[in-house]
Amino acid sequence: MTSLLQVDNLTIRFTRAEPVRNLSFEIGHSETLAIVGESGSGKSLTALALMQLLPSAAEIAAESRISFGGRELTGLAAREMRHLRGREIAMIFQEPMTSLNPVMTIGRQIAEVLMVHEKLSGRAARRRAIELLELVRIPAPDKRIDDYPHQLSGGMRQRVMIAIAVACKPKLLIADEPTTALDVTIQAQVLDLLDTLRRELRMAVILITHDLGVVAQWADNVVVMYAGRKVEQALPGDLFDDPLHPYTRGLLSASPRLKRDFHYRDGPLTEIPGSIVSAVGEAGCPFRPRCNQARASCGHHVPPLIVPAEDRLVACPFTTSSKAVPHAASLRF
Amino acid sequence: MPLLSVSDLKTHYKSRDGLLRAVDGVDLVVERGETVGLVGESGCGKSTLGKTVLRLVEPTAGRIAFKGEDITTRDQKSLRSVRKSIQMIFQDPYASLNPRQTIGEILEAPLIVHKAGDRARRQQVISGIVAKVGLPADSINRYPHEFSGGQRQRIGIARALLLSPELVVCDEPVSALDLSIQAQILNLLVEMKKEFGLSYLFISHDLSVVRYFADRVLVMYLGRIVESADNATLWSDPRHPYTRALMDAVPDPARPRQAAPLGGDLPSPSDIPTGCRFHTRCPLATDLCRTHEPEFRTVAPGHQVACHLASHIH
Amino acid sequence: MSIADAVNIRDRAAERQAAAAQEAAATGAAADGPAWSNMKAPDARSQQSATVAITNGRRALTVFLTNPNALFGAGFLAFVILVALAAPILYPEDPLSMVARPFLWPGQDPAYPLGTDGLGRDVLAGILHGARISLFVGLFATVLGLTFGVLVGATAGYFGGWVDDVLVRLIEIFQTLPSFVLLVVLVAIAQPSATTVTLAIAIISWPTVARLTRAEFRAIREKDFVVAARSLGYGHGRIIFHEILPNALPPIIVTSSVMVATAILMESALSFMGLGDPNVVSWGSMIGTGRELVRTAWYLTALPGLAIVFTVLALNLIGDGLNDALNPRFSQDR
Repeated sequence: MTSLLQVDNLTIRFTRAEPVRNLSFEIGHSETLAIVGESGSGKSLTALALMQLLPSAAEIAAESRISFGGRELTGLAAREMRHLRGREIAMIFQEPMTSLNPVMTIGRQIAEVLMVHEKLSGRAARRRAIELLELVRIPAPDKRIDDYPHQLSGGMRQRVMIAIAVACKPKLLIADEPTTALDVTIQAQVLDLLDTLRRELRMAVILITHDLGVVAQWADNVVVMYAGRKVEQALPGDLFDDPLHPYTRGLLSASPRLKRDFHYRDGPLTEIPGSIVSAVGEAGCPFRPRCNQARASCGHHVPPLIVPAEDRLVACPFTTSSKAVPHAASLRF
Repeated sequence: MPLLSVSDLKTHYKSRDGLLRAVDGVDLVVERGETVGLVGESGCGKSTLGKTVLRLVEPTAGRIAFKGEDITTRDQKSLRSVRKSIQMIFQDPYASLNPRQTIGEILEAPLIVHKAGDRARRQQVISGIVAKVGLPADSINRYPHEFSGGQRQRIGIARALLLSPELVVCDEPVSALDLSIQAQILNLLVEMKKEFGLSYLFISHDLSVVRYFADRVLVMYLGRIVESADNATLWSDPRHPYTRALMDAVPDPARPRQAAPLGGDLPSPSDIPTGCRFHTRCPLATDLCRTHEPEFRTVAPGHQVACHLASHIH
Repeated sequence: MSIADAVNIRDRAAERQAAAAQEAAATGAAADGPAWSNMKAPDARSQQSATVAITNGRRALTVFLTNPNALFGAGFLAFVILVALAAPILYPEDPLSMVARPFLWPGQDPAYPLGTDGLGRDVLAGILHGARISLFVGLFATVLGLTFGVLVGATAGYFGGWVDDVLVRLIEIFQTLPSFVLLVVLVAIAQPSATTVTLAIAIISWPTVARLTRAEFRAIREKDFVVAARSLGYGHGRIIFHEILPNALPPIIVTSSVMVATAILMESALSFMGLGDPNVVSWGSMIGTGRELVRTAWYLTALPGLAIVFTVLALNLIGDGLNDALNPRFSQDR
């Protein structure tokens, strides 16, 4: 089967920085791809690039390709892109309060999408809005529809955002940290809902997150980003069993969440020293300044992605897996 | 005598929706050298509780005693001596530092206010603490926005430790930080605890962080403590259905995915359900739960639970 | 997706961009080799913002000086100030004294380049000396109004509760009265002189500042760094003046430039109505005396009028420029 979205060599450029560089990934129909990274890794900009909503100061490099359902999105006319946005590609954001219009009822906000894209009449749109609220499991939707955003809890607002996003049955939903602002019990509900909708509506989901725990349970495939580059890609099981990139390894061992029964009296957590360092003017591996395995040669050029095992990519030549024998072929993506 | 003891503390606010019972009858004790973790979802009142303990928010009722001394009604002036001994570390390292002061100014002011030595002595203290929290020595001439989130949190920790406090209230100190930075800050807090013999009241929504960091854990729901136990007991034998749900909700790669453990939202603290305040979301709720508020009972030595069914849950 | 949503997204995108750019500009402080063993390795510091920070004020100045409108405003104001300072040297005699034939048109007699009025007084001398009174009243009324307004607003906003209630009522009383009528009444009761006019203008202009300051203080009071200051046992004075006020200052500074302009306009209006200091010439009084002759000798009203228009315009341009330079959200993007 051909993939739904294929990103090739995506580079996002500002005057003084390139926060995303040579990023390639693809996602199949009704698949969940997780993009994991810390703030500054370029994951959110990537999402905006897919929506063609980058800030005006940013530009996508000429050699970048974003192909969605066979159509090339880079260089697409603004009008055509508008047509695609909300209808075939939808997006939800981290903070549902600021993404909803505070002076409009949630019903109107949902109906508006339907009226714009599906050309529904006001009454039909309202009926459909109630159905959508039901779909996202909001109790008493016929009453809730006339509420304003501030009358709803954070979890409810995120559900409304999801309702708006899936209103036109998009083929791809980009969820940018959809649960970061929510409590853990609510987070589980929202992720549950997203996954159910993915199956019911047969849409693909790009889940952008910094939370490795979320990734493990909800994604089909994981891309780990660091300083604008993809440093590792794997199936979640493989990634957690046997992380290959020193950064992924560092993250997994630094996380108290993934080290059960470890207490401060037992010793300190493993740290990754320093903080995310962008590769502006930096030759070589972007993770080198924080890496415990860095060698002199890491400073010479950016390590290419290699294929250490089936369905895996890693951008570190010195990684040794405890399980798989490193593949000799050095493929460049 | 415990370092901090709080009994039947209530903090109520007037709001547009009526009386907001943010903290609604909390008892807690922090012993010397102990780290007490306080876990709960946003809106459960844990932050307000932390601020009330410091008298940054005025309590409505109850008693706060620090080293046996009642500080509940002390006026702000006579509180000043206590302020030295109880400090706070904030969640948002961006908001908790005055953007218009250099790090040197930020760190010097507490020493001036508490008359800790002349200028030379103050500089000495500041450079000492700056080195201890792992900041470069030239930091003191820089402004907060020149630092990354992790570094700012180090500055916040330096400020809190400057006056050699005995108790530090940490309000979500790592929640705003990236994962790779969280471990650095947690390790620093542990190190500081050892170095200065600190006690912590560690407030967090993140169970895994509390699990690593706390000696004893309190679980808070809608203004009340619903379960209290030492760390190991709580994780091996949680008795309150809410505690269990919180644990199950944490995504864990080692475990297959399961349905969300809890439905519904946290009710508003201005409209607390009658009976057990958790019954609206509790999968085990009975009629008794709907009408009678459970007592905070001891189910095992050092393990208390506010649930009618606690003895049946294992 | 609605336009509002799209705009929303754009705004968020811009915020992200700023954040990303900041992160992106972080450079390798730890360039010297592997450091995993060194647990205390410091975080990389953002060097881009480092240069910004040291010169926080200088950066604002740069933004201000690269704004052509603001530069024009500042230039013109500097010119007016210079003229006001030079007036007693250029025209040492009283500008109210009659020096030549009345109704000399501008350019008619090179000795009086802007002509003379109906009583034969030199118009240029009047405008130059008028600049002194306009600036004096404008600046001092603003300083007084600002001081009082900031004190009241800071007290109300910081303490809240009943103190706030009382002070807000007081502010509201002043704001419900039509300010110009109040000004006229105040000046009429006191003897009109430069000092009383200044005081009266200060009295009607402080409530605006007080409201603004109160709003800023209320917002900043809730910030964590103020809570931190309280937790450290700082006194009220220290918190108000050291912690909150410097952060509340930018909008107050912007307002004050517009306040100077308003004060100049009010002084002119009072003088126009004959309620100004009769012993000094001011732009307003010149317009007032020229008013009856507007059909025969319109230059008598037009010239001092232009002086007012340009001075007020200059002050407003400075205000806009300061707003751009001091608004942190704006300056971060640049």
